[in-house]
Amino acid sequence: MSAVVEVVDAGLAVSVQDRGRTGFRNIGVPVSGALDVVLMAAANALAGNPSEAAVLEVGLSGPSLKALSGTVRIGLAGDMGAQVVNTRGQLLKVAPWRTATLFPGDIIRIGGVSHGVGYVALSGGVQVPAQLGSRSTYLRAAIGGVQGRAPKAGDRLQCEAVRGDPWLESRAQAPWHHETGPIRVILGPQEDHFTPQALETFLTRPYAVTRDMDRMGLRLEGDTLAHNEQGAEIVSDGVAPGTIQVPANGQPIVLMADCQTSGGYPKIATVIRADLPRLAHLRPGDELRFVAVSHAEAAAALREQVQRLADWVGAIQNFRPPGVIDEAALYGANLICGVVRGDEWALHGVDFNHYCGAQHV
Amino acid sequence: MTTDLAHPPARLLSVGDAAWTVEFGNAIDPAIHGRVLGFSSLLDALSSDGRLEGVVEWVPTFRSVTVHFDPLRADALALHDLLAELAGKSGSLSAAGCRWHIPVCFDASCAPDLDEVAAAKGMGREDVVRLMTETVFTVYMLGFLPGFPYLGGLPEALDMPRLATPRKVVPSRSIAIAGRMCAAYPWQSPGGWRLLGRTPVRLFDPANARRPALLAPGDQVVWQAIDTDTYEALDEECAAGRFDLSSLLKEGEAT
Repeated sequence: MSAVVEVVDAGLAVSVQDRGRTGFRNIGVPVSGALDVVLMAAANALAGNPSEAAVLEVGLSGPSLKALSGTVRIGLAGDMGAQVVNTRGQLLKVAPWRTATLFPGDIIRIGGVSHGVGYVALSGGVQVPAQLGSRSTYLRAAIGGVQGRAPKAGDRLQCEAVRGDPWLESRAQAPWHHETGPIRVILGPQEDHFTPQALETFLTRPYAVTRDMDRMGLRLEGDTLAHNEQGAEIVSDGVAPGTIQVPANGQPIVLMADCQTSGGYPKIATVIRADLPRLAHLRPGDELRFVAVSHAEAAAALREQVQRLADWVGAIQNFRPPGVIDEAALYGANLICGVVRGDEWALHGVDFNHYCGAQHV
Repeated sequence: MTTDLAHPPARLLSVGDAAWTVEFGNAIDPAIHGRVLGFSSLLDALSSDGRLEGVVEWVPTFRSVTVHFDPLRADALALHDLLAELAGKSGSLSAAGCRWHIPVCFDASCAPDLDEVAAAKGMGREDVVRLMTETVFTVYMLGFLPGFPYLGGLPEALDMPRLATPRKVVPSRSIAIAGRMCAAYPWQSPGGWRLLGRTPVRLFDPANARRPALLAPGDQVVWQAIDTDTYEALDEECAAGRFDLSSLLKEGEAT
């Protein structure tokens, strides 16, 4: 049975994404899709969805969604909490890495992501129409998503109603942690356009993330990477998400999911698949290092990640949340948070209930 | 047309753990591009026979073909060897595509850089229009934006560098030149190419799942000058989805 949620507040940097749009890169259509496919799969697993169902990717602050018809289960993955306001005015805090179930009239306010991206899965997936084989949003050409754009207040998103026991929620045994350590790359395709010193610098020195970052790419800042006599321009050839191109200024740019399909700068290396999700969690000022690996090592890392995710999904537990009515929170919500928008505080990681209580005292 | 001439061997370059670039040369050159088209068409044939397990898609460019694959379904090194072998035996292909006759309005309202290009080249604006409409352009590749075609064949007489300061907004469907290249912007976008005209024809339609981009690598394009009234009328037709794109293919030239 289908269900419908209404977008009450669109949040910031929220878009519909799935595994991305393949098959059209030959005509210049970027692959797009979730920046962190592991967390997307985690959110889907919590909500009982196939791993590739379309989700809402949250880049800054999450949306507020109201169930209009049908009972909707929401799965949250990432450093991102939420609160549910039900039709009786109860305010229930929802921790990340678990589900919350909305009955018609209930509203979930999803907070900010404290680190990188978070994912909101709706039971049955976000059922916007697929375009060119995918629901992923590519804003520049208005493809996919909600009529080619990000969700906005008033939009109605279709999904599926919860099957089975609506009171039975799911939660992960532990948050998902990405691997740490240097970002693994395979050198090329144009590593031969750089001086030997540049290659050594690239693999030994730290690079800082600048403010210039979005779903297309991530500009880094660090020791200059000098091109050799072949220069800083090439006749355009193919790129992929993770490709690290170096324009004439010698500062690397890591391409992300919405990147163009080809590029005219020499590309020193490409981040391996297993480490692409980690790039989604970088913030301006973060430092990263690169290490070169072989194809065999890259393949092993990816298989290991797939196994680790399967284990994580296998450890998801069902539980019955206690039906607590939080009087203090209710009181605060009515007196203060109606004026100061509640989700702004959640966005900064402030405990909404405590904040409201403190103000009242 | 496939030829059996000996070619210099292709180079295979890593693009991470999920793609290989098969490189046939490092220049914009019809012979190199012929090999790109030849290799792509060999991949087309093998793929429709189900013989490219784990290959997701491939992207032809001026001088290379990037083959994207799923590293969980294909062994990278085995695929490397297969692609190297295929590149050694794929031939050259030329003039494989359709020839499109696409209406373009060269009126000043659609062509903000036309007068400057004419002045820089010491010719009249009608000479520029004549050169643009007499040339048969070839689609080398699509990239930069969905459906954005890089067209080779621009006469040397119109060779101009890019604008020193790119425009923040190039209107969608502008026809533009830079160096020895011509292009058409399917979308409004920033851009540094010089704008010589505008077509009412939609170059990309995401709702058309079978052929979202009008042009494909290997196609040929001839611009046909129209006046502003015709432009307005056609623009209205295209916007309403009433324009028949197959009318742009002249009789006997369809593939």
